[in-house]
Amino acid sequence: MGVSQIDLARLQFAATSIYHFLFVPVTIGLAFLVAILQTAWHRRGDEDYLRLTRFFGTLLLINVAVGVVTGLVQEFQFGMAWSSYSRFVGDVFGAPLAIEGLAAFFLESTFLGLWIFGWGRLPKGVHLATIWLVALGTVLSAAFIMAANSWMQHPVGYQINAQSGRAQLTSIWAVLTNPLFLWAYGHVLLAALVTGGALMLAVSAWHLRRRSDAPAFRKTARIALLVLVPATFLAMIVGSELGVSGDHYQPMKIAAGEALWNTAQPASFTLFQIGGYTATDPTPSFAIKVPHLLSVLATNSWNGKVVGMNAIQAQYQQRYGPGDYRPNVFIAFWSIRGMAYLAGLVFLLALWGVWLLRRKTIEQSTWFLRLAVWAVLIPFLMNTLGWILTENGRQPWIVQGLQLTRNGVSPTVSATVLGLSIAVFVLLYGAMALVDAVLMIRFARRPLGPTPQLDEHDVPVPAMSY
Amino acid sequence: MSLAILWFIVLALLWCGFLFLEGFDFGVGMLHDFVGANDLERRVAINTIGPVWDGNEVWLIVAGAGMFAAFPEWYATMFSGFYVALVLLLVALIIRGVSFEFRAQLDNAGWHWLWDAAMTLGSFLIPLLVGVALGNLVRGVPIDAHHEYTGTFFTLLNPYSLFVGLTVLLLCLVHGATFLALKTKGPVQDRAEQVGGWLAPVAALFVIGFAIWTPAMAGHAARAVVPVVAALAALAAVWFIRVRRNGWAFLATAVAMLATGATIFVFLYPHVMVSSTNAAYSLTVSNASSSSYTLKVMTVVTAIFFPIVLIYQGWTFYVFRRRIDVGDVQGGSAGGQAPEAATPGASPAG
Repeated sequence: MGVSQIDLARLQFAATSIYHFLFVPVTIGLAFLVAILQTAWHRRGDEDYLRLTRFFGTLLLINVAVGVVTGLVQEFQFGMAWSSYSRFVGDVFGAPLAIEGLAAFFLESTFLGLWIFGWGRLPKGVHLATIWLVALGTVLSAAFIMAANSWMQHPVGYQINAQSGRAQLTSIWAVLTNPLFLWAYGHVLLAALVTGGALMLAVSAWHLRRRSDAPAFRKTARIALLVLVPATFLAMIVGSELGVSGDHYQPMKIAAGEALWNTAQPASFTLFQIGGYTATDPTPSFAIKVPHLLSVLATNSWNGKVVGMNAIQAQYQQRYGPGDYRPNVFIAFWSIRGMAYLAGLVFLLALWGVWLLRRKTIEQSTWFLRLAVWAVLIPFLMNTLGWILTENGRQPWIVQGLQLTRNGVSPTVSATVLGLSIAVFVLLYGAMALVDAVLMIRFARRPLGPTPQLDEHDVPVPAMSY
Repeated sequence: MSLAILWFIVLALLWCGFLFLEGFDFGVGMLHDFVGANDLERRVAINTIGPVWDGNEVWLIVAGAGMFAAFPEWYATMFSGFYVALVLLLVALIIRGVSFEFRAQLDNAGWHWLWDAAMTLGSFLIPLLVGVALGNLVRGVPIDAHHEYTGTFFTLLNPYSLFVGLTVLLLCLVHGATFLALKTKGPVQDRAEQVGGWLAPVAALFVIGFAIWTPAMAGHAARAVVPVVAALAALAAVWFIRVRRNGWAFLATAVAMLATGATIFVFLYPHVMVSSTNAAYSLTVSNASSSSYTLKVMTVVTAIFFPIVLIYQGWTFYVFRRRIDVGDVQGGSAGGQAPEAATPGASPAG
């Protein structure tokens, strides 16, 4: 079992997960926003909302197609490339995945089919309920996946079976109320709203700048901004609380995220630094620091103590034996900052948009509309950085404190085979990304469709179909 | 009955449900190009499964995740051991999965050709690979004392498992044909009945072969009643297709499909994976299962959610029970934004 086999298995999992998670937040965020649009049509009878529902609904469908199939790869991959991990944790980790399928994914997929094909065939109220059930399915789905992931970050509700040496579930309730899970789940849902909101804003801004269907896209710009402002703000707050929780349960992750080698009290927050990312070069040659801020962020108190990596490393060596228990510090440091700084940008942009809305000059502000289009890229970057922070910060563990990543890999899958499958996925995912991007952009630029004729009689009607 | 046995049955049901439901989806995917002489007719074929295929595929997802939760050893050994085959399966699932939505997004003949090809190829590969994998469970593959698979991809391509793969593939084709005959009108229905008439006898021969080969290889003569049911149902399908009883024909292919899937698990029990290296290394219902607490949790969750799933999936089939024809797909694509020019092609050939 060479080093390269583990590296390749990690590369494959990281790449396919990041890719999958480009689509997941769009699905969650946009399903909710489309449900809002359809509800607005249902309540007010304004046909603009119906046309907007169909328009953003189609963007949702293009996105869901890729999200679903890449999710299959994730489910298979635990067993395929990480069989030792699967044997070790299956008793605990498999349950939330199976419950996800049963309670959430069936709901999402079945009702999405009903929603697409139910136009004009289902009574209006029932049809509206189907999109809300899709939205509920996406949110439930994320809950079980996050519960499973949070267990890897902070294992709870288990015991190690003395005979088999494997983790065994003792309380599903503990797994579903893992404090780390509750914060991480909230953070992911808010990030999904930010992503969906930014996408809706970008599409609306593009059309507003060209004065195409302005009255309708003004409505979605408004909805997107009203979602973005609170969602971005709360995502930052919840993210920070997740940090506090993380400092408690995964202190090494937080210490690495701050490049904090030595314990500090009070601890200052470093905005930027040059050097200082490795044990051999622990002191940055240049740094901008804000006093007390890290204490506040990590412990919620002005003079809180934040333990440094050196102390934790010594403690872990005592507990787990010799080894390096520090993740890559540079990645940890910049993923946390990249995420936070970019969130700040999105928040400012959203505030600017709300101010323009109030002054009713949003359609004249070419600069805002132009920036709002490009800003759609930021949430994807933030989501990716968030997962890099979470997963890199847990290293060298695959399950914090219980199993090292290098011990989780499949012993029978060679580096050659892994290399081949990576090549296959790179080609396939690359082609799919290209097609998806072209379709999304092409569709997003089309004018709104006419009001569809929907009658509820059981006669052939041009329903939404493939 | 221990919970591990109950979960073996639940997983068998999930796999059978997947074969029954996605079986006709795959059949439609393979046949849509054949039964549709022009784009509108192909869309008729695709739209018979349009509202349901994604929900049907979740049976596979839940079967996989259920294996992980209830039999982690099984999941770990099988998924790592069958790595290359599963990469192929994933590629097939991916190209077929996106083809439905991608196809509908551009009105361009070359584009439609591309995604029709992806849909057809994916729909061929998935039942073939799934059949080969299931066949290997019963036949046995090299597994060592640590429950690690020691064969290669080519170890899986043995005569019995390839035969099971072809049997499942042919059954999916016939099952798809009877489904299309039941759900469409006009030329699409005519061609579906025709192709069903050609394929059903071939499929029946394979199912009969499967019903003989499996007990001959695995023993347990008394259990052969299950594959015999499959063979009888496959023969019944031949008859009902010939006399053009669409409903009965579909029921017959459904029973044949369910009984074929059930055969695998009936002959597998009490194993979940047979080791051809040494019988003592085989994975069994008891040595591969999760703890009783996990199984208890899963049982409660399943008892609550599974009936609900069955109700709303059943309701979906009820909502879309009507036969469809070109009139239903004219002027509306998934976007439903700009009605495409509805120009039915030349007179259907065939």
